[in-house]
Formats: sequence, C-alpha cells, structure tokens
Amino acid sequence: MKRLAREPRVVFGAVVLLALVVAAAAAPWLAPHDPLEQDLLNAFQAPAWKGGDPTHLLGTDSLGRDILSRLVYGARPALVVAFVAALCAGLLGTALGLAAGYFGGRADAAISRLVDVWMSFPSVLLCIVLAAVLGAGLHTVIIAIIVIDWTRFCRVVRAETLVQKGQDYVASALAIGLAPARIVAAEILPNVAPLLLTLFTLEMGIAIVVEAILSFVGLSVASGAPTWGGLIQEGRLYVNQAWWLMALPMACIIIAVLGLNALGDGLRSVLDPVRTR
Amino acid sequence: MSGSYLLKRLLWALPTLAGVAVVVFVLVRVVPGDPIAMMLPPGATAEDVGRLRALYGLDAPIAQQFAAWAGQVLRGDFGVSISLRDRVAALILGRLPATLELVLAAVAAACVLATVLAVAAVRFRGRWPELVVDSAAGLTLAIPDFLWGLLFILVLGVLLPWFPISGRIDPTLDFDPATGFHLVEALLRLRWDAVASLVWHMVLPALALALPLAAALTRVLKGSLVDAMNQDYAVLARTKGYSRTRTLWRVALRNALIPTVTLTGVQFSFLVGGTVLVEHIFSYPGIGNLAIAAVIQRDLPLIQGLILTFALLFILTNLAVDLAYGALNPRVKQA
Repeated sequence: MKRLAREPRVVFGAVVLLALVVAAAAAPWLAPHDPLEQDLLNAFQAPAWKGGDPTHLLGTDSLGRDILSRLVYGARPALVVAFVAALCAGLLGTALGLAAGYFGGRADAAISRLVDVWMSFPSVLLCIVLAAVLGAGLHTVIIAIIVIDWTRFCRVVRAETLVQKGQDYVASALAIGLAPARIVAAEILPNVAPLLLTLFTLEMGIAIVVEAILSFVGLSVASGAPTWGGLIQEGRLYVNQAWWLMALPMACIIIAVLGLNALGDGLRSVLDPVRTR
Repeated sequence: MSGSYLLKRLLWALPTLAGVAVVVFVLVRVVPGDPIAMMLPPGATAEDVGRLRALYGLDAPIAQQFAAWAGQVLRGDFGVSISLRDRVAALILGRLPATLELVLAAVAAACVLATVLAVAAVRFRGRWPELVVDSAAGLTLAIPDFLWGLLFILVLGVLLPWFPISGRIDPTLDFDPATGFHLVEALLRLRWDAVASLVWHMVLPALALALPLAAALTRVLKGSLVDAMNQDYAVLARTKGYSRTRTLWRVALRNALIPTVTLTGVQFSFLVGGTVLVEHIFSYPGIGNLAIAAVIQRDLPLIQGLILTFALLFILTNLAVDLAYGALNPRVKQA
C-alpha cells in the first residue's frame, strides 16, 4: 500500500478515477444547471475565462445549455460503460484464458485458435455489424466492447496461467488431491489477480474511448442525454464559431484516458516489479 | 516468388470471404428493427409494407433469400440501397477511389515519416534527436487515434486556420473529373489548381490516419536498425570506410525492413478500418463515411455491400503484405 502511494502514476491515476466517480455519482449536486435545460436567448455564451457570464462557467452550447453541467453528466455513461464493459470482457476473457492455460491440449488449441481468428477480424467491421444488428444505444456500446476486447484478457491470462501452472504450489495442490476447478479458482486465480487489475484499469480507458467514438458517430445513447462523444459531435458542427465546445469534452476524454493508463502502468510496475524491470 | 505460392494464398482468401458473406447475411437478417417499416410514411397500410417487402425480396424463405443474394453478389449486384435509393455497387464504386487515395497517401506519409525519424534517432543515438523521437512516438500512441483527427481540426484547422477541415476539394473549383480517382486524374490532366486543392484537403485526414501508424513503425524500425547496426555486415561496412550515415541507409535499413513490412501489413488493416472514423470526422466522401450513414439508417443492402468491400480490402492487403514479405526475405520463398 505504501509502495502504491509512492508511485506517482498510481496517485495521478487514482485522483483522475476518483474525480470521475465523484462527477458521475454526484452529478445532480455538482452540476450548476440542468444539463437539458435550454435557453435560446443565451446560446453560444463564451466561457468565463473569455469574459463570459460566470453563472455559466464554461459557456453554453447552440441551444443555450450549460456546458459544465453537460460535461459533468457526461461522466455517467462514460463510467458506466468503462466499468461494465471492462468487467464483462474481463470475466469472459479470464474464464477462457484460465481454461486454456490450465487444461492445455485440445481446449487450449481451440481457444487459442479462436482468439487468433477473432483478433484478425478488424474491430471496426465487428462494430459496424453489431451496431447494425443491435441499433444505437448504450447496450450496443457495451456489447461491442465485450465482443471485441475479451481476447486481450484471454491471451494474457492464458500465458500467465501457463507460468503459474509450473509452480510448486500447484504441484502440491495436485498432490493433496484438490479438484482442478478448485486449483484454478483458489490457487491460480489469486496469483493472476494483480495482472487482472492492471488489465482491467487499462481496459476502462479503452472503453471510455470506444464509448466516445460510438456516441460521436451517433450510435450510443439517444441524442439529448449528454455524452462526451456526443458533445464533441455537436462541437464539431460549430467549431468555427466556438472551438471550445469541441475542445472541452476532448480534454475530459484525454485526461480520463491518460489517468487510467497511468494507473494501469503504475499498478503493473508496483505489483509486478520483476517483470517490469 | 513461385506461382504456386501465390495461388495457394489466393485460394486461402476465398473461404474467408465466403465466411464473411454468410455471417453478414445471417447477422443482418436477425436485425430487430424493420427497415421497410421505417421507409414508409406513418399512414402506410400493411399492403404497402408487403408490396415493398416483395420488391426488396424480403418475403421469401431465408435460404432462398441467401441463394438469390449470393448469386447476385457474384455477378457484382449488391441490390438497391434502401436509404439512398441507388444501386449499392454504384454507390460503393463511386466512393471507393476517394478512400483508396486517402489510405495510400496516409501509408506513404507514415512510411516516409517513420523511416526518417527512425534513421535520425539511430544516427544520433543517445543524443537529443533520439529523445525527441522516442517521446513523440510515446505521446502519439498514448493519445487515442480518434482524438488526433479532432486535435488537428482544432489546432491546424481552426485556431491556426491553415488547412480545410471538411470535404475533398474546393467546391467552387471548376473541375469535373470523369473517374473517382480525382487526384490521379488531376495529375494526369495537369490541372495543378485541382491537385493543390485535393492535396490541401487531404493533409489533415491523411495525417490523422498516418500518425499512429508512423509512431508504431518508428518504434519497430528503430529497434531493428539498432540490431542491424550491431551485426557483422554493418561492422564490416564500417571497417571498409562507410560513414555511419551511409551504413545506416545502405546496409542496415535494407535488413531492418523485414520486420517493419510485417508490422505495416498488420497496421494497414487497422488503417482501412480507421478510415471509417477519420472520414466521418473530416466529412470526407469515402466508403467509411458511407458505412456510418448506412448503419445509422439501418440500410441493410448497403451495409452488406460495404462489409464485403471492407473484407475484400483487408484480405487483399494481407495478401500484398505476404507477397512483399516473401520478396524481401529470400528464406520465405521456399516455404
């Protein structure tokens, strides 16, 4: 724990993640205005630092909606997608990776082959097909991320399980007659857990970007409800009049992703010092 | 490169394409929403819906629909787009050249950029150029590709309004191309004003596509250049009096290219996928932009045609890379 607190990347990442969670959870109290409240007379107000009205700290959009409030509310879909999609992709990938690594043989051959074929299929195409089948919505975004990214977990967990399987503690567990399922769940899994935590953090960053991309092209939540990608799309339309409309949500995404990446990298170097060196 | 190797690789591509076709057909049929119902005004009767359904062949049993569809596809007929009411094949062929020009420009830019940067970093190893190249590559890869395009718009299109941020050519320009390859055609017809406008519009989207590829390539090429410079043949060249720079360009680069070409191939597939988003960001009239519109409109025939087109592009790219790899590395030829 002390080592974690001394690693600057972990601290930076944890602060960013905490800010995200607080923004998402406390959005109704943090946001100065209703994110959907329109005020056409006060459209395109400049942010306060450019001499705009201080009641709209970051200005207003084309319909006079408060930008700061929309950014705060935008943390909600981002965080929900990041958490749920990374968790499900992690569960699926880990289960298959453990099975492939521990049982080896045909199971390993089948799963590894599936991963190879899966990864050779361009993710953009998968996304298009899924979006065409499922239609727009948050569920589409989550399913797309799970379907595309479970392979990341599977490959790493399989390799790590292979390493762990050769360790003495697995041999002793076998010797005292533990069932394979128990060995995998109670002996190997805890040893793979630090790695999983790292992967999970990195995957959350990826998921935030994918959510932004899909809401940017209009395939995420229905328009109106603010998402960072949707805000960028709206900002793109008026970029020549008010560049900050696009720049502010981009800054949110960049900070969130850099924070989660830093957290993941930092965790890896603290939890797995040998491999990082 | 033997003919049988080429043939084998080509034959391998066929089942892949057939697999994609089946998957696409089946997946698109299980779509929950009804595209036909969406085409008609709210007051349409059930009879109208039935007539339209028959017109698009959606009333037959599914196996029959597939047989009919596959037969048409083999003859190059992808049906009629539901949202644009035009032939899918014509729509795709009309847009494909724009995408191809963009992708090729991006690959060329990435290769030149990566070669120059990697050679510079290795030439000045341990000094500031290496540090700059390493940090630039790291930063490029840390920020998601999707945001680079938007950052370019913001910085080089709006804050410093140097480049146009949407479209393919200045619409006021009197240039009436006969083919979809506007840039090639403008060059052949010596229409320098059109060439300038096309290139000017291409700079930002091509750069947005090229940047992540260039960063990845720089890293790999730099690593293999360092390796190559430590090999006997490089040391021999140095002892024979070649300068460090000349050894790099003439001796090490040739040998370092092999792993790089493999990576370019892998990345090239991602690049074709990346066009979807970049074209949307820059309102560039290629097939990527068309694909997003098709998905949002749930235009089934168009989506099917586009996915098959993309799959074909991916397969051809991988094939081209395999062949280039074989040509560069004599050890593969026999395999």
